[in-house]
Amino acid sequence: MRAPAVVRLPYLLTTLFPAAERIVRIEAETVADVMNGLEARWPGMRDRLCDTTPSIRRHINVFVEGKRARLDTRLSPGADVFILTAVSGG
Amino acid sequence: MNVRVLIGSKKGAFILESDAARRDWRVCGPFCEHWPITHVVADPADGTIYATGGNAWFGPAVWKSGDGGATWSHSSNGLAYPEGETPVQCAWVAHIAHGRLYVGVEPAGLFVSEDGGISFREVEGLRRHPSRPQWQPGGIGLVLHSIVSDPADPRRLWVGISSVGVFYTQDGGETWSPRNSGTRCDYLPEGERYPEFGQCVHNLTLAPGHSNRLFQQNHCGMYRSDDGGDSWRSIEEGLPSSFGFPVTAHPRDADTLFFLPLNGDTKGRYPPDASAAVWRSRDGGAHWRDSRAGLPQSGAYFGVMRQAMATDALDPAGVYFGTSNGSVYASRDEGETWERVAQDLPAISSIETMTAT
Repeated sequence: MRAPAVVRLPYLLTTLFPAAERIVRIEAETVADVMNGLEARWPGMRDRLCDTTPSIRRHINVFVEGKRARLDTRLSPGADVFILTAVSGG
Repeated sequence: MNVRVLIGSKKGAFILESDAARRDWRVCGPFCEHWPITHVVADPADGTIYATGGNAWFGPAVWKSGDGGATWSHSSNGLAYPEGETPVQCAWVAHIAHGRLYVGVEPAGLFVSEDGGISFREVEGLRRHPSRPQWQPGGIGLVLHSIVSDPADPRRLWVGISSVGVFYTQDGGETWSPRNSGTRCDYLPEGERYPEFGQCVHNLTLAPGHSNRLFQQNHCGMYRSDDGGDSWRSIEEGLPSSFGFPVTAHPRDADTLFFLPLNGDTKGRYPPDASAAVWRSRDGGAHWRDSRAGLPQSGAYFGVMRQAMATDALDPAGVYFGTSNGSVYASRDEGETWERVAQDLPAISSIETMTAT
């Protein structure tokens, strides 16, 4: 059985979904699968992280094994996935 | 009876609360996790509060509170254009009519929710209008920022789109047509200043008790229509400037309306001579009188944005406006006298009111 990805969510995101956990394990072969897994657990979360291009939102960064990723980035078994809010605002 | 002033700001929604005397105000907030909130409205049927916004990290959403602001949820379910199109950036304006929640967005489009803001669908007919490829964004982007409905007929709606103009539907949104005849574009070459569309409407309102009397603040003038927007005529004579953002109707008197002219689009966009005034007409725009008592008469370098002025439902009516430097001014005597009831809030984008017993 494939080891699930270990996905770390930004604090700000979890304030929008009070039941959400900061670290979640999701069976996923791509970043898009991670987003689908998050959506299944907490409906509406994919819209907060992705737009309908479809792309990861401009001020959201997803890092896989230390490298910035896209929705079609493939994950190795047990991959570390960091979802971060980029520097933004004023 | 209490009065709530609902505030959209750059850093969240706020609510001012007072009893019917409207003398002492309490500031509640910020709500909506400090998201930039462009508009906050309340459903008079059940008191539910809706706030529209868009966050640089997390995109557009409509926030909702069913308990007066104590708790909030958010949704953008269906608030989206088809894959491949420029995504919705911001939910800009909300309007409740006939049991529906309408939301205008950037890039310009109209959505509706029939389940109290849980899910949305696009009113697709608007973007099918043949003029759509020629719509150009204004200073704030290509934004649908004003929605007006006919209380007597749920099929009739008007929307205002920045730098595009007013569009009207009489069939519930299936088909739309421009309603800009008589409104001018000073920024176009001479001889081309009255196009079918391309006008920079800033705000629209419907006179109470009427289905066809509309008032409009435009980038280039103040206007009145008595035929549902088929034609507009200028009512700016007697006002100190033709530029401003909000227009607000009295809650019961169809002849009373309020403008807050700013000094001009190239002059800083603050009150003329930095001296604040709300201008009121009691005769539908034929004559104007400035109201200044209690407002700053020097050093007023603020702006007042499209949705940032409103009346309440009490008698005499209260009038409120919010400024780009975070103050809220209130009048409890229909604009005769004013006082500042909040200050040092974030930049204010909208003001609406609700009353509750």
